[in-house]
Amino acid sequence: MSSNKETFGKTIGFVFVVCLVCAALVSISAVSLKPLQTANKLLDKQTKILETAGLLDAAGDDIVGTYNQRVDAKMINLATGKVVEGDVNTFEERADARDANKSFKPENDIAGLNRVAKNAVVYLVKDEQGKVTTIVLPIVGSGLWNLMYGFVGLESDMNTVKSVIYSDHSETPGLGAEVLNPKWKALWPGKKMFDEQNNVAIKIVKGGAKAGDVHGVDGLSGATLTSNGVENTLRFWLGDEGYGPFISNYRAGGLN
Amino acid sequence: MSQDTKKVLFGPIVDNNPIALQVLGVCSALAVTSSLQNAFVMTIAVMLVTGFSNLFISLIRNQIPSSVRIIVQMAIIASLVIVVDQVLKAFSYQLSKELSVFIGLIITNCIVMGRAEAFAMKEKPGVSFLDGIGNGMGYGAVLIVVAFFRELFGFGTLFGMEVFTLVQNGGWYQGNGLLVLPFSSFFIIGLIIWAIRQYKPEQVEKD
Repeated sequence: MSSNKETFGKTIGFVFVVCLVCAALVSISAVSLKPLQTANKLLDKQTKILETAGLLDAAGDDIVGTYNQRVDAKMINLATGKVVEGDVNTFEERADARDANKSFKPENDIAGLNRVAKNAVVYLVKDEQGKVTTIVLPIVGSGLWNLMYGFVGLESDMNTVKSVIYSDHSETPGLGAEVLNPKWKALWPGKKMFDEQNNVAIKIVKGGAKAGDVHGVDGLSGATLTSNGVENTLRFWLGDEGYGPFISNYRAGGLN
Repeated sequence: MSQDTKKVLFGPIVDNNPIALQVLGVCSALAVTSSLQNAFVMTIAVMLVTGFSNLFISLIRNQIPSSVRIIVQMAIIASLVIVVDQVLKAFSYQLSKELSVFIGLIITNCIVMGRAEAFAMKEKPGVSFLDGIGNGMGYGAVLIVVAFFRELFGFGTLFGMEVFTLVQNGGWYQGNGLLVLPFSSFFIIGLIIWAIRQYKPEQVEKD
């Protein structure tokens, strides 16, 4: 450690150069890898949507092609349930939910969201003939540790469940993270979200739902809080402050 | 390969293991060892970061003013970590979704700083690079052993492939709930340290 490199000016100069080089390195990698990262993110989302619609096996390796051919994304306003103008590709639910102008505070915040984006993007999945068979709705709600993001797929009667698929969560591995277990996911298809009076009736039953119960799904053992989170998430999003108005409109044929 | 190079590169695996002997970087070893795949990717990431941070710091070691040397080391390490995170996001999105938080925390992994300060500030670039890679391997060796036990007995799988069929999937094996949780690594790391010190009694500290 000789003294000649310890002058004030030299120290400042050295730090400046190091910062400049580091900043350049970080910027170059961030900017040059951005397109790949965006593509990955989109592919991940499209994969989850196709999985929710039960098309993942049919799609095989051609996720993007199948998605473009079969899925029609529409932006809707949650309060009115009507389709609104908007770019479905750049829509970020998480960003909108943080923006006071683009979000609202739910009155009955059972899903623990605090703020919810006013708009949402829903995915109409068509069969080969172009008839809508599955409606994929993005959902989010508190689990045990953090928000859990996922998709729920409904058949075109807007009542029968096709699947419930979580895409992003931080639940306990082996307990809450079992929401991704294929055995548990297989319990969902065919369940009914609403009862005859059109109230949200889906529930998660601790200890196991009775055989033949069309509204009940077995809870995850050892993960009561995660199970409650899933139930509350579904209750919120299918209710009046969630997709309720959209579901009524859709059933009345008011979407087109 | 000369004897010295060998010592620098492979020494940290058993003789001078960063986790077992230097007791550095234990926190991240707890977090990322729930599956072998995570442990493996984390090992590679830490190897690259320690290797290159040692290399770059060693290259400029004679220019770094000693009053700001820790900050300069941090800046270099942090930049490398961000680059690793970006590369992972671009090429392996699924893994980055699980590991992103922990990759960011490599910055605070004491192994990287420890080797930069203890080795790279004094030695030539080539040998510093090898020291970084070696310490990354030593860290990774412990990570992989811990992850092997945690994934096998916690989830009944190895690299995500089913070995024991779990009860909830209709099999016979009841997953060990303790091993699924991060702190179980303390026990396994403790046993590893004990095993290494049985084999190399000279590592035992004197009272």
